[in-house]
Amino acid sequence: MLKYRRAFATGFLCVIATAAVALAGPWVLKYAIDDLGRGVDSATIGFYAGAIVALAAVGGLFRFVMRRIIVGASRDIEYDLRNDFFAHLQRLDLAYFQRHRTGDLMSRATSDLSAVRMMIGPAVMYSATTGLMFVVGIILMVSINPRLTLFALVPLPFVSLSVGYFGAVIHRRFERIQEQLAEISAITQETLSGVRVVRAYRQEPFEISRFRLANEEYVRRNRGLIQVLGIYQPSMGYLMGIGALLVLWLGSREVVAGRMTVGELVAFNSYLMMLSWPMIAFGWVTNLLQRGMASWKRMLEVFDTPPAITDADATDEIGDAAQIRGRIELRHLTFAYGDTLVLDDISAVLPAGTTTAIVGATGSGKSTLLHLLARLHNPPPGTVFIDGVDIRHIPLAVLRGAIGMVPQEPFLFGATIAENVAFGARGDSDNRARVEEAAAIARLDKDAAGFPKGYDTVIGERGITLSGGQKQRTAIARALMIDPRVLVLDDAMSAVDTYTEEEILSRLSAVMRQRTTIIVSHRISTVRSADQILVLADGRIVERGTHDQLVARGGAYAALHQKQLLEEELAAS
Amino acid sequence: MTHDDEVLGKAYDARLMRRLLTYLYPYRGRVTLAASAIVGHSILELAPPYLTKVVIDTYIPSGDLSGLGFIATIFLLTLSGSFALEYLQTWTLQILGQRIMFDMRMQVISHLQRLDLRFYDRNPVGRLMTRVTTDVDVLNELFTSGVVSVFGDLFTLVGIMGVLIWMDWRLALVAFSVLPLIALITQWFRSNVRESYRTVRTWIARINAYLQERITGMTTVHLFRREARDYATFDEIDRQHRDANVRSIFFYAVFYPAIELVSAVAVALILWVGGGWVINNSLTLGSLVAFVMYAQRFFRPIMDMSEKFNVLQGAMASSERIFALLDTPVEITSEPAKAGPHDRGIPEPAEAGPHDRAIPQPAKAGTSPGVVGAGFSRLSGPAAIAFEHVTFSYVEGEPVLRDVSFRVEPGQRVGIVGATGAGKTTIVSLLLRFYDVQGGRITIDGVDIREMDLTTLRALFGLVLQDVHLFSGTIAGNIRLGHEAISDESVRRAAAAVHADVFIDRLPQGLATPVAERGATLSVGQKQLLSFARALAFDPRVLILDEATSSVDTETELLIRDALKVVMDGRTTMAIAHRLSTIQGMDRILVMHKGQLRESGTHQELLAARGIYHRLYQLQFQSAASEKPATSTA
Repeated sequence: MLKYRRAFATGFLCVIATAAVALAGPWVLKYAIDDLGRGVDSATIGFYAGAIVALAAVGGLFRFVMRRIIVGASRDIEYDLRNDFFAHLQRLDLAYFQRHRTGDLMSRATSDLSAVRMMIGPAVMYSATTGLMFVVGIILMVSINPRLTLFALVPLPFVSLSVGYFGAVIHRRFERIQEQLAEISAITQETLSGVRVVRAYRQEPFEISRFRLANEEYVRRNRGLIQVLGIYQPSMGYLMGIGALLVLWLGSREVVAGRMTVGELVAFNSYLMMLSWPMIAFGWVTNLLQRGMASWKRMLEVFDTPPAITDADATDEIGDAAQIRGRIELRHLTFAYGDTLVLDDISAVLPAGTTTAIVGATGSGKSTLLHLLARLHNPPPGTVFIDGVDIRHIPLAVLRGAIGMVPQEPFLFGATIAENVAFGARGDSDNRARVEEAAAIARLDKDAAGFPKGYDTVIGERGITLSGGQKQRTAIARALMIDPRVLVLDDAMSAVDTYTEEEILSRLSAVMRQRTTIIVSHRISTVRSADQILVLADGRIVERGTHDQLVARGGAYAALHQKQLLEEELAAS
Repeated sequence: MTHDDEVLGKAYDARLMRRLLTYLYPYRGRVTLAASAIVGHSILELAPPYLTKVVIDTYIPSGDLSGLGFIATIFLLTLSGSFALEYLQTWTLQILGQRIMFDMRMQVISHLQRLDLRFYDRNPVGRLMTRVTTDVDVLNELFTSGVVSVFGDLFTLVGIMGVLIWMDWRLALVAFSVLPLIALITQWFRSNVRESYRTVRTWIARINAYLQERITGMTTVHLFRREARDYATFDEIDRQHRDANVRSIFFYAVFYPAIELVSAVAVALILWVGGGWVINNSLTLGSLVAFVMYAQRFFRPIMDMSEKFNVLQGAMASSERIFALLDTPVEITSEPAKAGPHDRGIPEPAEAGPHDRAIPQPAKAGTSPGVVGAGFSRLSGPAAIAFEHVTFSYVEGEPVLRDVSFRVEPGQRVGIVGATGAGKTTIVSLLLRFYDVQGGRITIDGVDIREMDLTTLRALFGLVLQDVHLFSGTIAGNIRLGHEAISDESVRRAAAAVHADVFIDRLPQGLATPVAERGATLSVGQKQLLSFARALAFDPRVLILDEATSSVDTETELLIRDALKVVMDGRTTMAIAHRLSTIQGMDRILVMHKGQLRESGTHQELLAARGIYHRLYQLQFQSAASEKPATSTA
């Protein structure tokens, strides 16, 4: 915000000029009316009329500049804040997004931000104008008649008292309204994105009633705010009106007593009206300020969340993804989500250029292990190493640039297929050829050929127009595209039919030879050719070795193998 | 990225306005109250300048102090009345706005719950969310500050004009002489602001869409190190938004001072012309002062109204979008199908004639045995399903299913296999009437599903999808969903039956453990187990598994298959699978290929036929086959 000091300084100069010019108007009026009371020639009146217009013209000019500068600066700040907000979100880790709903973060980035913007721009502009007019106006009023000024200002303490009191209440209530709006967004998002389940299980009435509850609560909270606003806003007008009443009543007595002229009374009245308008607006401005503060607090909650996974421990041992050879070592890796132990004392070496398969039951910690490798969650220090370097010492960009990850449920973006495949690619010179190459390995080529615009076909939000298998294959191509040193396939072909999987695996084998590969799969046929197989159970490695060793060992893997063979024999019989 | 929904219509549309006003109808009592309060308030606001005139012209020259006290009393009464009326107005209007907003949100969400899946295919969730949240909020402003305050402003204007003419029509004409200028300035402002407002809205929509997508896909962004480039893209959109806003500031910055300048010109004219008349005594000084005061008050409502113009325009755009959504017809309803069984060239409406409409479900509801604690009506026992010459396409000219016919006998277990895109999932979507067939028909127990009540139809099925959708709430809540009739005991039994209890018991609070958004803390396999438990808890007549076991490890899959044997007992089952092992024990297997049903029979029959199924089978097991000798020795 500091970089807008200059803009605000200029803006305030204009505020001062605007106020000064505006306050000069009634002064002219005072002379004009007093002269009229005494009887003057029309030329003098013409002069006064001209002066009023001239003052308005000058005032308007300043007003124009003021608005452009201050409101413009608020737009600049909004722009900066939004960028910063986005940049900060980018630094937060997976665990944060698991804890916070998208709808909630969205409402902070949109409606809260706009409340903050209103606070910085219009609210600041109006309160500066108001404050200044107030001070100068009172000085001028005192110069006309000090006693009357005193009476006119009787309501003032009440005004500031009620502004203070109501302001705090409005602030609290508005905060609660915003929270509820976020809740409504979150419920909507959930019910709409699960439309198939909702329909299949006839949840429509339940979902509607769930929404109704949130909606009713929203109205209830708003009602609380309206109660306050209903009293607050008219009471400003009332208090200022009392001031006007006192001026008219006592002022005219002063005129009768000969201590004041009619012109002075009119000017005095004009000043008071000039003050009353900003005072009424003051209620509105406090409202803006309170809302702005409430929203700013909600944004700060995000800004003040320190990124859990950073380059803080990074050293320059490995400064480039190309330097990585891909030897992975796990040393006594233990990891828990809160109180739930997920990985327990895992140690393993994955030599560069080899293929390691991980087999294990649902929930045995396979995916977590892969997440730790890419530091989507942070491994404890001294537990995960690449080429002998603790991955916490490798800059995130370098580490992730070396890992091509294909998750179980790939997330695709609402762009073209080519853009999705090239999502992580650097440099865009001969992209298309490389996209097609990667797509061919992932066996996406025949699908693309069938799409209306080939690789330039836009897939819907989250790849809505693609089948599960097509999504997974797009994700495989996307991972290959960054030419990773370490390729991670996390059950990446579960939705791909067997025939296509065979094709992909055979095409991949050429690619895998040059890389360290980690394959998570439930199919023995997929993992059997791996250089080493790790069997995970309850977060521990219970067996390790090659396919043949493990089968000979007669443990969990052999049992699994046996089961799959039995099925097959059963089928063949 | 297209944002066609952001293209704004005209600023004021009488048709839309009329429709919006219908939302006021249920609250017409309140509306009348608010309107009277506004009118009363406007009238009282007119008093102070006139009281000033009386003081200056009558009581000051005569020095009548008690008269001054009288005027002061009237002034006080006016103020108090004005306070009361303003309070009444604020309270009534804002509550009104809240009620209307509530009604509208409920209407939108209820309609969304009925709209066809085709609609969801075309409209991203982010866009629909905007309808429910932002668009309705904009409309609220229309009701609370927009329409009604414009009404109040208009009334103030007319009131001031009336008083001026009544006090001195000559001077009133002088004051009004600036009105054409005002009209010109306002016109200029409106046309420019409309355009820039439109641009701003377009950019804000883009910001929202982009944010939404990137937040949801943040892990992918991290993995592929897109932070810097995404930031640059966002920065560009954000910048465009700012620039559009800054352009619109210009119009405001010109408009307000211009109106004030015109106002000053009016005051100057009054002073100059009126001053002349005061000198030659054809006007009192008090009247001149009152004129000046009225003139100062005259321009505030005009500025107010222009300010409201934005609100109005935004509301028009929002209401147009909301109404468009509400007007989207629901094609798949419980009403008897438009297309009767006698058209579309179906060979012979065999057992289901046009006379046996819906299943007479109420008669047997609840009395049927085998319903586990569920309070919803359904017939008992397995159902018979038949596809008769079914044809369907998502996009015109690209058929997904072509002339598909098959029967599933009650209690039969049928597997459906085929390559990706063969049309397997579409069969399920059609069966649940997520979409309607375009040719042929689907019957259950001989009744065309288009003639059945939708709820009754869908209550027949227990669906387990490939992508498991979990709701925020607890594990138990995700199994029973909204059906409170399903007891804790039934939930626990269902979980145990699919062996989900193993991992659930390990969670800190067991079944009562909260589920994060979309089940982010659960593994895919765990989510699938939950969705199995969910299907079981509903005790359906037909169980549908859509590639449901594809992400479960072999061990879990075996456990589930074990459980499914029990579960499938007494039900009709349709299972879609890539893994042939999942379905080879089925009574019958349907082989889909390129939208057509190509083979059908038992595993053995199909293998013997040496067709597509045989080829799929060979591919799946060829690598494992070479291992056989090793195991036979073990």
